[in-house]
Amino acid sequence: MPVAPLIACPECDLLQAETPLPPRRTACCRRCGVALYRSTSHSLDRSLAFSLAAVVLLVIANMLPIAGLDVRGQHTETTLWGAVQALYDQDRVAVSVLVFVTTLFAPATELCIMLYMLLPLRLGQVPRHLSLAFRLAPIAREWGLVDVFMLGVVVSLIKLGNLAIVVPGIALWSFGVLILLLTAIGASFDAREFWLRADANRAALERSASGSAARPLEPAT
Amino acid sequence: MSLPHTTAVDAGLLSCPACELVSRPPPGAADVFATATARCPRCGARVHPRKPDSIARTWAFLIAACVLYIPANALPIMDTSSLFDAQQDTILSGVVYLWTTGSWVTALIVFIASIVTPLLKLVTLSALVISVQKKSTWRPHMRARLYRVVSLVGRWSMLDIFVVAVLVALVQIQSIAVITAGPGAFAFGAVVVLTMFAAFSFDPRLIWDPVKAAHA
Repeated sequence: MPVAPLIACPECDLLQAETPLPPRRTACCRRCGVALYRSTSHSLDRSLAFSLAAVVLLVIANMLPIAGLDVRGQHTETTLWGAVQALYDQDRVAVSVLVFVTTLFAPATELCIMLYMLLPLRLGQVPRHLSLAFRLAPIAREWGLVDVFMLGVVVSLIKLGNLAIVVPGIALWSFGVLILLLTAIGASFDAREFWLRADANRAALERSASGSAARPLEPAT
Repeated sequence: MSLPHTTAVDAGLLSCPACELVSRPPPGAADVFATATARCPRCGARVHPRKPDSIARTWAFLIAACVLYIPANALPIMDTSSLFDAQQDTILSGVVYLWTTGSWVTALIVFIASIVTPLLKLVTLSALVISVQKKSTWRPHMRARLYRVVSLVGRWSMLDIFVVAVLVALVQIQSIAVITAGPGAFAFGAVVVLTMFAAFSFDPRLIWDPVKAAHA
């Protein structure tokens, strides 16, 4: 049984009454000071927009080379997948899987889940297994390390800069924007608004299923 | 503070770790606090009053990470073989190389991400678990903030793994130089993943439980 107006701090378990906030404010725990929730407007629409943009950038970032190298007339370049494959070919399977999961699989999964949840909700539907998707999204977000990878590329280019001519690839810039978008998705997504929308959609679907002719007018709430 | 401090557990309520909904355990499930088989009525996630076996799990991950920390730093993470010589790089020698070639800022970044952060994480998490086991009431605000910083910063230790991945893929010029990943890369990656798991399994609410009891 849900206890609606109460919120328990995820870090210290203190029970607090949820209060409406003025725009652009954050409610913090009274005892330990951690951010509890923010006042957001159109949170789901913004998350959906950021997710759509991020999908495009993720594709670009993975198709184009992240960096190139010129040594005595020889040119090599690599994509992210090329790096994963190089590690795999050298029998560093575990490291290769680790790089694949944290830079490609986790962000791609996160974006797929976000689109899977948010697109139908936007269109007034409730997707199947919504709660499972909702629970998987933060796990995928936790293991997405695109920002760390970006710094890793920069550091390796600096290391090589002494020995050869390095050429930052287009994908590097795409990764930069992708990081911003992934951060924006995390910041804009509001779980409370998400569940309110899901419940509203579900109620609307039930109403239309039970026959709208019987009750042509809905009482204003 | 003189405000009353009632936690969800005190009130016999459960809060969902995924959607943060506060719910009352279903009637009849009196031992929900012991066995914790309840599910969140809204999102269906398993709801526990505290993360299950938090202390034991955190210790397990921490000890495993400590053990692997030695090969992670002792074994080479990268082998460079060129026409005239072969060179093996550990984490530390990679930092030294950056420092001696004049990239001080980069050297500092890699030093902090790869050497300071994992060590700090192991020490801090161990200290936090010990403080929780001793039911310490010492500066809960500071310890809560420490935990937040540790879980936020930990991911950046993966930096060196990505550096190796990019170098391995780029430097494959057979006639001039070839870079391959060393066994240390596996150990180092494992340390980072294990400390991340350790941070996830630690329950910061345990820091605050004895504080409450002391004030009551």
